[in-house]
Amino acid sequence: MNSVIKGTSYVLVHVPDMVIHNGTTQTTERTVNPNSEYLKQIKDHLRSFEQVVAYLPNQTYIGNLIPEELGKYEQPWHDKNLDNADRFGKYGEIMPQDEFIILMQMCDVFDLVKLESSFLEGTKKKLKNHPLFDDDLMQRIKAGEDVAVIKKYVEEEHAEPLYHNGNLVGCVKRAHDLDVNLNAHVMHENLVSKASNVLALLNLVYKNNINREDIDYVIDCSEEACGDMNQRGGGNFAKACAEVAGFVNATGSDTRGFCAGPTHALIEAAALVKAGVFRNVVVSAGGATAKLGMNGKDHIKKGLPVLEDVLGGFAVLVSENDGINPEINLDLVGRHTVGTGSSPQAVITSLVSSLDKAGMKITDVDKYSVEMQNPDVTKPAGAGDVPLANYKMIGALAVKRGDIDKKDLASFTEQHGMQGWAPTQGHIPSGVPYIGFCREDILEGKIKNTMIVGKGSLFLGRMTNLFDGVSFIIEANKGKSEPQSTISEDKIKELIAQALKNFASNLMAE
Amino acid sequence: MDLENQKRVKEFADKYGAENIVVVLGAAEGEAAGLAAETVTNGDPTFAGPLTGVQLGLSVFHVCEPEIKDEIDEAVYDEQISMMEMVLDVDDIINEMTPIREDYCKYL
Repeated sequence: MNSVIKGTSYVLVHVPDMVIHNGTTQTTERTVNPNSEYLKQIKDHLRSFEQVVAYLPNQTYIGNLIPEELGKYEQPWHDKNLDNADRFGKYGEIMPQDEFIILMQMCDVFDLVKLESSFLEGTKKKLKNHPLFDDDLMQRIKAGEDVAVIKKYVEEEHAEPLYHNGNLVGCVKRAHDLDVNLNAHVMHENLVSKASNVLALLNLVYKNNINREDIDYVIDCSEEACGDMNQRGGGNFAKACAEVAGFVNATGSDTRGFCAGPTHALIEAAALVKAGVFRNVVVSAGGATAKLGMNGKDHIKKGLPVLEDVLGGFAVLVSENDGINPEINLDLVGRHTVGTGSSPQAVITSLVSSLDKAGMKITDVDKYSVEMQNPDVTKPAGAGDVPLANYKMIGALAVKRGDIDKKDLASFTEQHGMQGWAPTQGHIPSGVPYIGFCREDILEGKIKNTMIVGKGSLFLGRMTNLFDGVSFIIEANKGKSEPQSTISEDKIKELIAQALKNFASNLMAE
Repeated sequence: MDLENQKRVKEFADKYGAENIVVVLGAAEGEAAGLAAETVTNGDPTFAGPLTGVQLGLSVFHVCEPEIKDEIDEAVYDEQISMMEMVLDVDDIINEMTPIREDYCKYL
């Protein structure tokens, strides 16, 4: 039987100081052009936590605003707020930077995260009111340090500084003196990914009333790599995150595929459950510091705030069929193969034409979830409206296949598409942001199915010039059916009797 | 334009001569196409990459512009690009590309 989507969580972390100090657009600028106007201006273009919470796409990401409602607001969205916005949402939460820095320390098991005493004590008090931080997690917090000690680590031992409101409040130490894969920069990037993944896992079990002990396997599909100089991407984020989240009966592994990683991971999870290997598999990912402020130069040039100021994370629980929740249909998996070619036309054709296996038209899929990047972020940077471009391509394919008339192209994008709302964190916007909403839309009968499409730019790793993509269908549960016994007891008796009769006849004949 | 791509464009221009290079773009937006075109003609407008201040003046076109489209076998164009062309604002792309070519291309 097909597996089902049993629950989802979506989290954001507002990290304005990390935009300045850890986003690669800014770190590159600091190297190439340290006195640039851009670096001087950036701190004046950062949003407050309250602004980030009230931002319409962020409220959509955590489930407080449905995509249809978001689509009713005229763009741009950065100058509009959602009334009654809340940092906690139906699917997750938006965490402020100070709390997240403490969570990073909770996720650090090698004593690498050092925090200044007064910052630590002040923020600890805030966390006591947070519903997810139980005693087990709070006990992971270590004693605070004097700021002079932290300065010494930063200035003399290449530690990565941690800032909050422009003040030095801690650091991430290097984990090895010589190994570049364990230097402070990499450890910081990986601990951020780990902590934001853990936040997604904690929200998954909390928001969906899931028993942590029931989780058998975790697949991390972020875009970072952990390991040392002898195995740079050795892993295993998944198990490391499961440990902090208290999934005591789980193991796990990491799956990578650039932005397509989450869709690959979900297909793997669905296959593991359908094959009966595991009953409950979680697919999850944390966020990437490198992409913070990626388009900051364009945003500032156009007088906008730096909109890429949040890390993203998500988790999806794939479980054995309960007869209720929407199913992952593994018979309709689309894939971009080595021989497909890399033109956008070839890519989208390879991903959507899986429908042919079931004799379905493109219009038979109610909603397509593609690269759901927030257009508020991409349009000012000259990259256009990414989801809309994807929907137009799918619509154009429908025209070529004869599924719709060319004049219906515009209405196709409205009926089968959505406005994007996810932060430009690579893997985070790719197909998965809609899974939470689609689960509810299918359960409520608003739609009958959706196609999740993940695409990845593999050429960025310089190992291949190929593009990549995979897709699958989520559809309404067809009802739980017990596997039928193929042969009854009476039939077995009859067969044995017949065999004995034949045997006796043979003996008599001899 | 990606910093590594800028480096490769510069290397090709040095190796084969700028007059022998034609850059073909596939950007989905006029603005993005214009930025890339400006980079390989007048230099990187973001002042970040190897083409900062380097005025190569290369010949540059978008693949959907008639100058390139007319050079491509119709069947190949239909198979590889026609769908993309259907969803692009080709006029906007041409409007972005034309003045950049007129102002900065040295070999047309």
